[in-house]
Amino acid sequence: MAHIDIDIHEGHAHDHDHHGHRHDDHHDHEHHEPGFVMKYLFSMDHKMIAKQFLITGILWAVIGVLFSVLFRIQLAWPNETFPILETLLGGWAEGGKLDPEFYYALVTMHGTIMVFFVLTAGLSGTFSNLLIPLQVGARDMASPFMNMLSYWFFFLAGVVMFVSLFVQTGPASGGWTAYPPLSALETASSGSGIGMTLWLTSMALFIVSSLLGGLNYVATILNMRTKGMTMFRMPLTIWAFFFTAILGVLSFPVLLSACLLLIFDRHFGTAFYLSDIFINGEVLRNSAGQIIEGGSPILFQHLFWFLGHPEVYIVILPAMGMVSEILACNSKKPVFGYKAMVYSIMAITVLGFLVWAHHMFMSGMNPFVGSIFVLFTLMIAVPSAVKVFNWITTIWKGNINYTPATLFAVGFVSLFISGGLTGIYLGNSALDIPLHDSYFVIAHFHIVMGLAAGFGLFAGVYHWFPKLFGGRMMNTTLGEIHFWITFVGSYCIFWPMHYLGMTGVPRRYYSFNEFETFSVYAELNIFMTVAAIVVFFAQFLFVINFFMSAVSTRRTKSKNPYNASTLEWTTPIEAGHGNWPGAIPEVHRWPYDYGKDGYETIPQTIPDSRLNEIEKKGGRTSR
Amino acid sequence: MTLIGIIAIFLVLIIIYRVSKASDLLGSLRGEERTQESRNNLHATLFLLFLIFGMGAAFWSCFHYAPLFLPEPSSEHGTVLRAMFQRTLWATVPVFVVTHILLFFFAWKYRQDKTKVSKFFPDDNRLELIWTLVPAVVMVFLVVDGLANWNRIMGPAPENAVVIEATGQQFYWTLRYAGKDNELGRKSVRLMTDDNPFGQDWDDPANKDDFMADDLYLPVGQPVLVKINSMDVLHNFFLPHFRVKMDAVPGIPTQFWLTPTKTTEQMIEETGNPDFQYELACAELCGKAHYNMKKKVFVVEADEFNKWKAEQEPLSKSFGPSVKKVSENIEEENEQQDINSVSSL
Repeated sequence: MAHIDIDIHEGHAHDHDHHGHRHDDHHDHEHHEPGFVMKYLFSMDHKMIAKQFLITGILWAVIGVLFSVLFRIQLAWPNETFPILETLLGGWAEGGKLDPEFYYALVTMHGTIMVFFVLTAGLSGTFSNLLIPLQVGARDMASPFMNMLSYWFFFLAGVVMFVSLFVQTGPASGGWTAYPPLSALETASSGSGIGMTLWLTSMALFIVSSLLGGLNYVATILNMRTKGMTMFRMPLTIWAFFFTAILGVLSFPVLLSACLLLIFDRHFGTAFYLSDIFINGEVLRNSAGQIIEGGSPILFQHLFWFLGHPEVYIVILPAMGMVSEILACNSKKPVFGYKAMVYSIMAITVLGFLVWAHHMFMSGMNPFVGSIFVLFTLMIAVPSAVKVFNWITTIWKGNINYTPATLFAVGFVSLFISGGLTGIYLGNSALDIPLHDSYFVIAHFHIVMGLAAGFGLFAGVYHWFPKLFGGRMMNTTLGEIHFWITFVGSYCIFWPMHYLGMTGVPRRYYSFNEFETFSVYAELNIFMTVAAIVVFFAQFLFVINFFMSAVSTRRTKSKNPYNASTLEWTTPIEAGHGNWPGAIPEVHRWPYDYGKDGYETIPQTIPDSRLNEIEKKGGRTSR
Repeated sequence: MTLIGIIAIFLVLIIIYRVSKASDLLGSLRGEERTQESRNNLHATLFLLFLIFGMGAAFWSCFHYAPLFLPEPSSEHGTVLRAMFQRTLWATVPVFVVTHILLFFFAWKYRQDKTKVSKFFPDDNRLELIWTLVPAVVMVFLVVDGLANWNRIMGPAPENAVVIEATGQQFYWTLRYAGKDNELGRKSVRLMTDDNPFGQDWDDPANKDDFMADDLYLPVGQPVLVKINSMDVLHNFFLPHFRVKMDAVPGIPTQFWLTPTKTTEQMIEETGNPDFQYELACAELCGKAHYNMKKKVFVVEADEFNKWKAEQEPLSKSFGPSVKKVSENIEEENEQQDINSVSSL
């Protein structure tokens, strides 16, 4: 690693005539070799931090998805017992049957882990960190130190959440949305005790992590682009990360305030969210004996969803950006309508702030408020539709090379269509009356946000694996098997949920057998659970592939294995801290000159005057 | 047993891993380019097959399970919503089918061909304009349609609506009918005692004839206004057959009005199920027995409803004697509050 510092200093002189590369200045002039701790744990190299986010995210994903398998087992076979559950969970599954309280804890933890730890930190944390400096041409983030803190706050949030799984009263069990009063009253549910306190603590730490990361991403993108990298020459990935970071920076603080007020209500006798409550045979009073009144549970929902809705765009935008990039690169055709793509990301970001209350049509808020949110919600379908049509046109007359990343990218588009369309039903408040909090909602958001973002994550990992692990590639055949099982299996899990939803089957039910109306789908519930188990185990193909490939000895000999045009492929196969050994390359064109004038790829670094240096695919005809 | 199963699964996964590794190695021996070509053909074909069989399965399953969907709605607004759902289906299903056909057909057709370079087609403002405007226009229709229905459903209930109150509590619903005067008496959690389990304010004459019911009785063809509230955590008053859903919020009264259109007897006939039963459920997570907050619902003819109503005993009869005592308590409580607020100053 010693060469890194030298490299940076060599590049340094050159940097001065670029705008905004001041970050190099704080590198001290001693040449030191980082030890294990500094290299792998407290690393300030954005590429190492990306790996830390990714691996932590993968571990959390295994836990989060395992939880869903456990509660799916309960839903498929509500009358049977599984001794293994008692072995695994002890008292929470006495006699091999999940305790209802723990069922809800599993549901809550599944949601929290998947949304925040896997799809926010694991996805945006990994790829914003990896790709922003590499694709805009920077040596590292604006503040590598803040970047390191961002990871360690995330890690700490994870530790607190993990600990909460083992407390005696169980982890939080009020749903990932943690609506008070259920989450505020210890007497209302055993998960609302210390489990909820830990949940809130963990979320607060997570928000700190996400803010540190987000501010860094915005600062890096705005200030540290290499010479020639104008905003409209940035790859769509960077645009997506940019707006994702803006969404996070503006909305996460609101969640923090929601959490703080909830902590106040729980521990300090305030009444932000509580009013007129009669529980355990008496009226709820604070420690001074005053009756608690005047708060509004709906206030929490407003604050929560002010983050909660932008959060789904925080999850999906990076996936969209990566899919655009991967589809263009692998079909060797420019992303269709680059500017339209940028403006639609922008429109989604702005509208994303104005649609939060569509989660609350049935919350008892003023119906007139609801109608405004209907308008904005259905408006957001327009930029989403533009993106879908642009992806489809991107592969039209392309020359698609199917890598595992390409497969997942195509799968992403299919899932985004299927899940996006059902949003049109749910966003229309009148139709939301029968569909709200039913399995229709579960189907909708799992397909459009859970699966689609997950597919974006997989596509990204397969595609940029050589950049993460020094030129190593993941096993292709295994990646293909992983894709097909996951793609077909996921549709098998979530498609039937639409039917349950159309029958009104409510979400968050421990068993459907108490109601005549909801118990008609025993057979489908078994089908979905079996599909979920198959898909769960298939993910280990990815996990095995990931870790075995990361330590494999085979590496590509090419710096640019996909013949891509973007800057990250101009770095050495094993790039050190600082990314480019010499000067940072200059950018002369937009990132999607694929198939132009008979050239398969014109890298961003090639000016028109040097076109003769790259190979023209002679004799080939245009599609 | 289960453990052996899990071990077996992991053995299979490891075998798949070894085979895949061998296959990748074999592929590189065969020559990267030829291998990649056969990979491209394979996945292009698989996408096409996925389109055909997936689309087939989607439609087949929809018709196969249609008999299990909820029967025709049993309320006036429910029928309106069903029609709206169908209009939305007409707007979205064609998009679903066409975009998927394009996506997977292109995925098959434009698999890599080494003799060709892709068409350089970076943008086309006319196309962008078309697929911005067309969805926008469709959305305008859906929004106008949706908001018209929403405002009608959420609008004020007719004057003559039968007033019922549903109170959610962990883990059951309490149903209170307004009685002859069709007006619910005031109540407050502050007044709740063993002698006054609902916290009714006996100073309010409207409380005199209010009665409680074990099951939800609704008259057919007559508007019903359900006032919804909660005593502890959030609940949701959910009548699936009537397409009624509204949160019960402690401290904030909510409501929903509906006109039932089909009696329970009619439903027994329609569904051919002699045990058919309308049900009231909770649709907002409220704790460990959330899944079991059930009440039976009966829709009956108007005269039968009036007869049933007349048979019910007002709450004031059981808890009436304590009227005096409780109202004294209120004053005491208020004084106590004043003292508290003074001392907190």
